[in-house]
Amino acid sequence: MSALYLLIIASLTVALGFLGAFIWSVKKGHYDDDYTPSVRILLDDTPEDTHS
Amino acid sequence: MSNIPHPDLATVELDEFQYDNRIVRDFAIATILFGLIGMLVGLLAAFQLVFPNLNMDLPFLTFSRIRPLHTNAVIFAFVGNGFFTGLYYSAPRVLRTPMWSPVLTRFHFWAWQAIIVGAAISLPMGITTSKEYAELEWPFDIAIAIVWVSALVNLVMTTINRRVEHIYAAIWFYLASFVTVAMLHVVNSIALPISLFKSYSVYAGVQDALVQWWYGHNAVAFFLTTPYLGLMYYFLPKAANRPIYSYRLSIVHFWALIFLYIWAGPHHLLYTALPEWAQTLGTVFSIMLIAPSWGGMMNGLMTLRGAWDKVREDVVLKFMVVAITAYGMATFEGPMLSLKNVNAIAHYTDWIVAHVHVGALGWNGFLTFGILYWLFPRLYNRPLYSQKAANFHFWIGTLGIIFYTVPMYWAGWVQSSMWKEFTAEGLLKYPNFLETVTQLAPLYFLRSVGGTLYIIGFIAMIYNLWMTALKGNLVKTETAKAMPLNAIWNAPKSEYWHRRILERKPLALTIFSLIAVAIGGMIEMIPTFLIKSNVPTIASVMPYTPLELQGRDIYVREGCYVCHTQMIRPFRSEIERFGEYSKSGEFVYDHPHQWGSKRTGPDLHRIGGKYPDSWHYNHMEDPTSMSPGSIMPRYGWLLEDDLDTSTTKAKIEAMQTLGVPYAKGFENEANANLHKQALEIQGRLKQSGIKASANKEIIALIAYMQRLGTDIKAEK
Repeated sequence: MSALYLLIIASLTVALGFLGAFIWSVKKGHYDDDYTPSVRILLDDTPEDTHS
Repeated sequence: MSNIPHPDLATVELDEFQYDNRIVRDFAIATILFGLIGMLVGLLAAFQLVFPNLNMDLPFLTFSRIRPLHTNAVIFAFVGNGFFTGLYYSAPRVLRTPMWSPVLTRFHFWAWQAIIVGAAISLPMGITTSKEYAELEWPFDIAIAIVWVSALVNLVMTTINRRVEHIYAAIWFYLASFVTVAMLHVVNSIALPISLFKSYSVYAGVQDALVQWWYGHNAVAFFLTTPYLGLMYYFLPKAANRPIYSYRLSIVHFWALIFLYIWAGPHHLLYTALPEWAQTLGTVFSIMLIAPSWGGMMNGLMTLRGAWDKVREDVVLKFMVVAITAYGMATFEGPMLSLKNVNAIAHYTDWIVAHVHVGALGWNGFLTFGILYWLFPRLYNRPLYSQKAANFHFWIGTLGIIFYTVPMYWAGWVQSSMWKEFTAEGLLKYPNFLETVTQLAPLYFLRSVGGTLYIIGFIAMIYNLWMTALKGNLVKTETAKAMPLNAIWNAPKSEYWHRRILERKPLALTIFSLIAVAIGGMIEMIPTFLIKSNVPTIASVMPYTPLELQGRDIYVREGCYVCHTQMIRPFRSEIERFGEYSKSGEFVYDHPHQWGSKRTGPDLHRIGGKYPDSWHYNHMEDPTSMSPGSIMPRYGWLLEDDLDTSTTKAKIEAMQTLGVPYAKGFENEANANLHKQALEIQGRLKQSGIKASANKEIIALIAYMQRLGTDIKAEK
C-alpha cells in the first residue's frame, strides 16, 4: 500500500501549504476586521458607483 | 486592516484601470455551448438505458463510450467554464485590478476550449485511460496541467497586484481550487506512454484505485465545490445587494473545508480491498465535513434573512437559493453515504447517480444559471429580455431535478434490496442479475423525462440570454478607480527578519514552494515505492498473457468499467451471486485497475470460466441472444475488426518497466504466444459451431474475460 504514503505526503504538503497561508493571513491582520470586506465587494469603484 | 490612505501622504492619486468584460462574455458562451452539448449527451445516455437500440450499433455512440464524454463535458466544460466566467468577472473587481496578464487570460480561454474539443473527439473514439473523471489520455493531461498552472500564475500575480489589502474569501476559494486541482491532476495522471494515445497508469490494482478515488473525491471537492463556493460568496451578496450574513463564518468555512476535504477520499472504497484504517480515516473526515459545509450553506441562506420578499421577485435569487439548498442536501448526504452501513446499501447503485446529480444539476447548474442571468444584463447594459422565460426556466429546471433524482433514489434502493434479498431457504431471491435491471426500466424512463425537462429549461435560458445580448450592446470594458496599495496606511508593526522574509510576496512564495516540494517529492517517491511493491502477495497470481493484455485494453477502450465492477465485496449476498470476494493481491498486475463504481450490469471479477467462449462471442454480438431483455449495447465491431498486434511488444515492454515479471526476452516471443492462444480459442469456438478467424478483437476480449478472477481458483 505504498501509494498511501504518496497520497499522504501529497495531501500533507498541500495541507501544510494552506497552513502556512493561514498563518500568514492571520499575522498580516487579514481577519482583524471581519465585517468591512463583505460590504466593500458590493461597491465596484466604477463611475456609476461613485455617483450614486 | 483598513483602506485608509497613509497619513504621511499629502495627496493620493487614484489609479484608473479597466475591467475586461469580453473574456467574461467568451467564457459564458463556452459555458452555455458546452453545457448544452454535455447535457444532451447525458440525455442520450439516459435514454439508451431504456431503449438500447439508441446505441445504434455505432462504436462512437455506444453508452460505455459516451458516458465518460458526458461526465467530462459537464464537469470540465460546463462547470469549468462556468467557474472561469465568474472568476474573470469577480476576481478583478474584488481585487480592484485587471487580470495580471491579458495574454495568459486569452491563452487560458482558447487552450481550455481546445482541450474540450480534443476530449469530445478522443473519448468517443475509445481513447481513454479508464480512470473516472480523468479519462483523457496523456497528451491532454499534459496540456491540462500547463493551462491550469498558467491560469494559477495569472491569478496569483493578480492577487499580488491588488489594490485592496484584504483578500476577500472568494479569492481564497479560487486560489485553493487551483492549487489543489493541480496537485491532484498531476499525481493521478502519472502514466507510462506506449504511443501517442495509449498509456498505462504507473499504479497497479488497489494502489491505482486508491489514487484514482483520492483524485475523484477531491475533484468533486476542488473542481465542483470550492470554486463555486467562491462564486457564491461573490455573486450572492451582489445579487441580493447585501453583505454575506457572517463574513467571519465564511473565513471559518474556507479554512475548515480546506483542511478536512482532502482526507475524505477513501470513502469511495469502503468494503473493498483497501486497508481498514484508511477506510475509517475517510469516514471520520467525511463526517467532520458536515460542519463547515452546513456552516457555508447557512451563511448563504441567512444572507437573505429579511429579504425573502426579494427572492419572490428576483429570478436570480431563486436560482441561487435552490443551488445553496442543493449544496446543503448533497453535503449532508455525502457524509451519510460514507458511513459503512449506508454505503453497503448505496454503493454501485443508482443512489450514487442521484446523489451526484443533486450536486451537478442543483448546486452547479442552478448557481451557474443564477450567475448568467445576473451577468448578461450587466455585460449588455440592458434588462434581461424576458423575466417570464427565466421564471419558466426556474420552475421547469426545479421540476427536472425532482424528476431526475427521485426515480434514481428509488432505483438505487430497489436494486440494492433485490441484490441482497434471500429466500427462507437461504438462496438468493433474485439469482438472475438481469431481473434487478429490468425492474428499473420505468425508473430509468422517468429519469430521462427529468433530464429532458431540465434541458428544455436550459434551452429557454439560451434563447433569453441570446435575445438580451442581441438587443443590448456589449460593454467591452468598464473603467474603475481605486487607491494604489502602497498608499494604504497600515498600523506600524514590529519588524522581525523572519516576518520580512515570510511576508513579502507571500502568496507567490507559498504557492511556488508548494509546487516545487510536490514535484520533488513525487519524483523521489514514485519509483521507490511503487515498483518495489509490485511483488505478488498471492503466489498463484500471474501476469496476463499477451492476448489477455490486448483483450484487457479492448475492455478499457470500450469503457466496460462504466457498467461493470470488478470488485466483489465481502457480503454473503455478493459471494453467493458472484463468487469469492476480491482480494488486493489479485490486482497487482492491473495497470490501470478496473474496479468500476457502478453496477448497471453484474460484477465481472469472477466471470472467468463461468460461461463457454461461445457464450461470450454470441453475447458481444447481441447481448439479448444470451440474456433476453438485456440493456447492454451490441459490440458487433469486435467480431469484425482485426486485433492490432503491432503494439504487443511495446505493451509487454511497458509492463516490464512497471515491474510486471515477464521473463527476459519475452517481449520478442509475445506475438507468437498471442497467436497460439488465439488459435486455441478459435478451436473452442469452432467446436461450438462458430466460425471466427483468430485475429479478431473478440478473441482477445474472450481471452481476458475467461482469465478474470481465475488465478485464485488454481490455488484451491
